[in-house]
Amino acid sequence: MTDLRELYQQVILDHTKKPRNFHEMANATHHAEGYNPLCGDRVTVYLLVDGDTITDVSFTGSGCAICTSSASLMTQSLVSKKIDEATQLFGTFRDLVMGNVEADQTIDELDRLAVFTGVREFPMRVKCATLPWHTMKEALTGGAATISTE
Amino acid sequence: MTVPLETSVSESKATASRGGVFDVQKVRADFPILGREVNGRPLVYLDNAATAQKPAAVIDAIDSYYQTYNANIHRGVHRLSQLGTQAYEEARGKIQRYINASSTREVIFVRGTTEGINLVAGSWGRENLRAGDEVLVTHMEHHSNIVPWQMLCQQTGAVLKVVPIDDRGRLDLDQYEKLLSDRTRLVSVVHVSNVLGTINPVRRIIDSAHQVGAKVLVDGAQAVPHFSVDVQALGCDFYVFSGHKLFGPTGIGVLYGQEAILEAMPPYQGGGDMIKSVSFDKTLYNDLPYKFEAGTPHIVGTIGLGVAVDYLGALDAVAVARHEEDLLRYGTELLESIEGVRLIGTADEKASILNFVIEGVHAHDVGTILDHGGVAVRTGHHCCQPVMDRYDVPATARASLAFYNTRGELDVLAGAVREAIGVFRS
Ligand SMILES: Cc1ncc(COP(=O)(O)O)c(C=O)c1O
Repeated sequence: MTDLRELYQQVILDHTKKPRNFHEMANATHHAEGYNPLCGDRVTVYLLVDGDTITDVSFTGSGCAICTSSASLMTQSLVSKKIDEATQLFGTFRDLVMGNVEADQTIDELDRLAVFTGVREFPMRVKCATLPWHTMKEALTGGAATISTE
Repeated sequence: MTVPLETSVSESKATASRGGVFDVQKVRADFPILGREVNGRPLVYLDNAATAQKPAAVIDAIDSYYQTYNANIHRGVHRLSQLGTQAYEEARGKIQRYINASSTREVIFVRGTTEGINLVAGSWGRENLRAGDEVLVTHMEHHSNIVPWQMLCQQTGAVLKVVPIDDRGRLDLDQYEKLLSDRTRLVSVVHVSNVLGTINPVRRIIDSAHQVGAKVLVDGAQAVPHFSVDVQALGCDFYVFSGHKLFGPTGIGVLYGQEAILEAMPPYQGGGDMIKSVSFDKTLYNDLPYKFEAGTPHIVGTIGLGVAVDYLGALDAVAVARHEEDLLRYGTELLESIEGVRLIGTADEKASILNFVIEGVHAHDVGTILDHGGVAVRTGHHCCQPVMDRYDVPATARASLAFYNTRGELDVLAGAVREAIGVFRS
């Protein structure tokens, strides 16, 4: 049972039950919707970008524990990051959950995101963890996904 | 020389019981995979609606074909080709008898349910549908019985109509009767829902459709694994199912169609085997069933499917049905007794499919935690997004049972469900 507990760590369960920054953002400069048709996970990520700095992040949607907690923790870790730092963090996070790097090599950079280390033992769940990040990247780069702030 | 076709199951192997007592352990021994472990626990395979496991007889028949008589069929005079052709056509005969079609000309081999439906849509549909005509499906159809009709309606200007379902997962038959009209050309309905488990009253549905002159296609993918089907007694125009859900190989399935209807239909695909003669001026199509079987077919799949129905035919159908009913009742009670579990699909007429959601636990997490305990269930939308929307759930977990499952396995399922709840309560 040990690796189940490693997957569903206390921090993950906490963010599943009480997702942070879980709301729409009326003044968002960027937003995109992500959908995983395989399991029905659906998230919308909102970003407020000032110059090249992310000043606010939020999300809405419904998904499994891994997806929801990943989105919640992502919103916290992106605030005050530069856009290219955010993209880079996504790369490191993806490497972590896919088992391409060891957690201790990246722990500083990832900080609390390291709680997702256990995902590597569950290849079917990698997409759940990365969906919010893909969506964030889509929001920042996809032209069509940019919304006007009226 | 004797024919090396090990395509029939010896009595001793398959006859687990006669006279009502079902020896499930004896049957389990026929399925090699059921002995394996997953994550250090004995496999509890409850994903039979996705695909069923294969008895050793089927696996051996596949092996034997490749080991001893692999050849292309219908086209060689040599010995192996003759043996392959014979085995292939014998399999067709077995299927014909299994579903009680009136002739082997009515048994078309296809890749599966999906291809069977697409064949009817592409051939019969294109020939017979005009703008303003109507195709009737139900709210509980698998995507494979929705999308081909949507595509056809787009091409022809016909209109797709949907029969609603109620909160327990039963078809609204009053609405069905109201939706039928002289514009209805085809009713395409699932026999047993892969999500809700509901067994639909297809006999009555067919009779009503015929009264307005509509044809009926029955998607039997989830029906044939649970009970025997007599297409003549049903009176359906088309019946489709997949071999892999019927304890046979993947990549093979059956389209049954009434001969006169198939006869009038244009071919679905062109190529070898479906022709009598070809010239650049004029090509003569082959007779049924070959008209619809262009190209080299899934020979070994067909042979394997024939062996699967032999195997099923040798089981005591009454005992099997009683065993599955017992499992369904037992499993329903077990899951309903767990606080926070809600079953979706609670019709009285139901096959052994238990589809459920757990309050506060997403189906995908349930699937991972169950898998950890060696329990294989399906999670997600089960290729039935309209059903998910109808019950307002993003995804569900589904335990779908076969005759080789046991009460003990359902206890393991219930234990794992409790554990999943525990993880999220902690
Ligand atoms: C009711 C129903 N119809 C159609 C299908 C499609 O079957 P296949 O994927 O074998 O073509 C399935 C299987 O998933 C099913 O359960």
